[in-house]
Amino acid sequence: MEYFFQLFLGGLTRGSIYALIALGYTMVYGIIQLINFAHGEIYMIGAFTALIAASILSLLGFSGISLLVLASLVAIVYSSAYGYTIEKIAYKPLRKAPRLAPLISAIGMSIFLQNYVLIAQTSDFLSFPTLIPDFSFMEPYKNIMRSSELVIVLTTAAVMVALTLFIRYTSMGKAMRATSQDQTMAKLLGVNVDRVVSVTFIIGSSLAALGGILISSHIGQINFYIGFIVGIKAFTAAVLGGIGSIPGAVLGGLILGWTESFATGYVSSDYEDVFAFCLLVLILIFRPAGILGRSSSEKV
Amino acid sequence: MKKLVYLLGILLLVFMVSGCSKDKGEVEAKKPDAGIIKLGVAGAYSGDLASYGLPSANAARLVVDQINKKGGVNGKQVVILQEDDVCKPEVATNVAIKLVSAKTDAIMGHICSGATKAAINIYKDANIVVISPSATNVDLTKSGKYPNFFRTISPDDAQAMMQVNFVMNKLKLNTVAIIHDKGDYGKGLAEFARDGFKEAGASVVLFEGVTPGAVDYSAVVQKIRHSGAQVVIFGGYHPEASKIVSQMRKVGMDIPFISDDGVRDNTFIKVAGKYAEGVYATGPIDTTQSPEAQAAIKLHKEVYGEEPGAFYLNAYAATECLLNAIEKAGSTDYDAVTKALRTEWVNTPLGKVSFDERGDAKGIGFSIYQVVDGVYVPVK
Amino acid sequence: MLVRREFRKSVAVSLWFMFLTFPIMVIRINTMENTIEWRWMNMAYIGAATFFLSFLWRYGMERNAPVKNDTTDSWQERIGRTFRETPRVYYTFLAGIAIVSVIFPLIFSAYQTSIMTTALMYVSLGLGLNIVVGLAGLLDLGYVAFYAVGAYAYALLNHHFGLGFWFVLPLSGLLAACFGILLGFPVLRLRGDYLAIVTLGFGEIIRLILENWNSFSYGPSGISGISRPGFFGMDLNIHQSMIYMYYITLVLVIFTIFVVSRLRNSRIGRAWIALREDEIACQAMGIDKTTTKLTAFALGATWAGMVGCIFAAKTTFINPASFTFMESAIILSIVVLGGMGSIVGVILGAFILILLPEYLRAFSEFRMLIFGASMVLVMVFRPQGLISRVKQHYEFHAEETPSGVPR
Repeated sequence: MEYFFQLFLGGLTRGSIYALIALGYTMVYGIIQLINFAHGEIYMIGAFTALIAASILSLLGFSGISLLVLASLVAIVYSSAYGYTIEKIAYKPLRKAPRLAPLISAIGMSIFLQNYVLIAQTSDFLSFPTLIPDFSFMEPYKNIMRSSELVIVLTTAAVMVALTLFIRYTSMGKAMRATSQDQTMAKLLGVNVDRVVSVTFIIGSSLAALGGILISSHIGQINFYIGFIVGIKAFTAAVLGGIGSIPGAVLGGLILGWTESFATGYVSSDYEDVFAFCLLVLILIFRPAGILGRSSSEKV
Repeated sequence: MKKLVYLLGILLLVFMVSGCSKDKGEVEAKKPDAGIIKLGVAGAYSGDLASYGLPSANAARLVVDQINKKGGVNGKQVVILQEDDVCKPEVATNVAIKLVSAKTDAIMGHICSGATKAAINIYKDANIVVISPSATNVDLTKSGKYPNFFRTISPDDAQAMMQVNFVMNKLKLNTVAIIHDKGDYGKGLAEFARDGFKEAGASVVLFEGVTPGAVDYSAVVQKIRHSGAQVVIFGGYHPEASKIVSQMRKVGMDIPFISDDGVRDNTFIKVAGKYAEGVYATGPIDTTQSPEAQAAIKLHKEVYGEEPGAFYLNAYAATECLLNAIEKAGSTDYDAVTKALRTEWVNTPLGKVSFDERGDAKGIGFSIYQVVDGVYVPVK
Repeated sequence: MLVRREFRKSVAVSLWFMFLTFPIMVIRINTMENTIEWRWMNMAYIGAATFFLSFLWRYGMERNAPVKNDTTDSWQERIGRTFRETPRVYYTFLAGIAIVSVIFPLIFSAYQTSIMTTALMYVSLGLGLNIVVGLAGLLDLGYVAFYAVGAYAYALLNHHFGLGFWFVLPLSGLLAACFGILLGFPVLRLRGDYLAIVTLGFGEIIRLILENWNSFSYGPSGISGISRPGFFGMDLNIHQSMIYMYYITLVLVIFTIFVVSRLRNSRIGRAWIALREDEIACQAMGIDKTTTKLTAFALGATWAGMVGCIFAAKTTFINPASFTFMESAIILSIVVLGGMGSIVGVILGAFILILLPEYLRAFSEFRMLIFGASMVLVMVFRPQGLISRVKQHYEFHAEETPSGVPR
């Protein structure tokens, strides 16, 4: 039973990590129906910027929470800037193009960004400082759950709630929902669609940066390739939960995390991804639009 | 009008670019064509495995620059033909054919065993010597099929046996969990270790692969704990090793962690930090304190501004051996060079090195290391 | 005035990029020694480069503005029409290509032949995927799985039973087709991006099984020593067998082009196009969705299987590392970049995407950077693909026979 509980908590952490990145995916997808393959790369750039900022700041004498907050801020600003610029360069000119064109553009962007960091920085793995401090109240439970894991799980939950509220109650959120339903109609009703898309990319990229810091601080190392694998997993999570749905992304992430964790624990980690993808196929057979996705009936 | 302005801008750019490229062209034209030795350097220089390939290319460049400054090999300048194979077999064959067509005299590479296996036949047919800094697959030497293949790293089985002996005789533990990274190198090593332990009578309670690059290994760590293993053997590279070992230590598991020379790398200590303490790794006998190795590392820091990465010293040694053999042979003739490689002993950062009949390095001894106070020290 | 405004715009762009690339390009930290290296020169380069590139970008955007397209024909369209409508030009051109492709390996080096063979293999792969994505409109991100099936079919059959290349070639196509149907069944109900992720998962599952099931596939260390196809029992050296592989691939490509172009105008081909355009209307017209989708998957997979078999024979060594998701992405890019549904487009796309990285070797470490950037640029400036598909017109004239006259 204790073993089960440990696997459960392990799956929870892993799932929250996927969910945090999946939120960005799902938001972008919800607005412009684009699988943003470069999202994982924004996560990677966020992590790199955070590392650079943290190193400089710690030389300047910052430490503890203030270091974490400042480094996160820098990373979020830069990731948002990257997200914004990428959208303007690679996706905006393709707003009216055939559906697959932006997808290829995204794959190209992803290859470009990976190699950009590889050339400008290093190909090697860099150690990432533990920015999340160990809380003393977690000390008695440290064999079960560590502070960084707690922070990741709580952040994911908080972000999910905040995003849901944002989309439901603010005027920007309303504009986003309108844009996702029908872009032309939203434009006719006075929604500045370009601005909505930009804001979506900025929010999505900020989440990716936040994920980049928390996760890198949790696993302690980064290189230019980390975005790719996380990106694929997060994308799977987003689809599993019903792409375009905020709670769905979190649910999808958690289910994916638990599946992998239990598959490793009770069967074999050789096949953890096989289990994850088989589950995905199964769920999609019975709910073709994901768990929480609305299956829109088609108009003819 | 607007267009005109744009065009003006573009023209300016084209002008600048063409200006730059012209300079380059002149420099290239000055190089003498005859009387050079072409050294092919192949490996992964982009993609996910670039971090294992780029340090070797740096090593080759540094060695060649030094030798060229001293007047080259037998009075001939050495020119590097560097080709990226992304560690993919199909690209490696193209690279091999390209290098063969370019009349390359010898090859330092490839990095991955898979790519090496795909390319080696092409070099063999063309009578070109290949020396790899990092391809550890056993078949490459033990099968005897590739007389043109040499390496400055030891094959998988030797390391695995070392680990088995160490665990059984020194640590006197016999419940083992073996973890690998599903890769060519890691899994190969892990399988040899498993067979070795079974023969020696130990019980292997866990044999599993982890997904490289995953964000979290807590499930597999819990599984190791659950299996009741007294020692963990890991086959693979340092990124996964450091993630697994830190997660083990963080949840309070302090059983011995033994790994291979993909982990016996300073990057591992750097990345895993305090969790690296006490980790064992097999590897070539430590020579990093020797003057040759110190000089090689210092040179890399001077030229590239950072610590050298994985397989740097192996590649450094490989290039030195190869160029030395060409010098001793007096030509780039295949038979003479292979003979020189097998007979000449060379002072390299890895120690005094020569090669046996099958192409494995002699003189690169093995030992077990343990991280003590942030450095690898040999275990007595 | 205009000059100043354009100048100001470019300055703004260049400042923005200098800000954007500042942490990654300028600062490099050494986490071991805690030292920081400042590379201010990079910032100057970025500033200067983006300043001029922004002119180029806006010039391109201006030209790309949709106003022009519907009134006058662009030169590309004029060339395209000349080709289609004047048979003399068309056949001369075809004959030229045929001659060049036949004598290619005889005049160029082994390396050129080898990469050209690879490019031709990708032409076949692209045309196969084109059936699934371009014609039937089913987004498949796991196409590489069928490629792997074909390659492993030949490698394993050759390794265990010593079966020859010519015997296994159709067999691997058949086997891949079976896998295509296997994948097709569960995903019949899915559409769009849900289909994409499931196919991606399928591709990963196949690769993971090959990686983990040692007793079957020899795991990550792969299978070496796969025999090259025999030429009437003669022993060929590397160069000769490269040339031989080239011709085999060339014949396969010609065969593929023939089959695909015939298929496109067949009953099933039109059913695919109808399915792509509107699934519900297509069903209402009495087209069986299940068989149409399954045949698309199966036929698409067949080519991948056959090319896989050639791949295994060409490299003589395979391991699962050749069949990653990135490979699927490249094949998909070939189809989209070239122009979905267009055969010439796919051929062009394959040549660009496969030969570009090879010829970019001169730029060594910048190779993949340029590759990624050019993928983005081609899409931005030619979103329809390099060769956009010509919609077929069917015109009815009251005076003529009532049957459709395809133009």
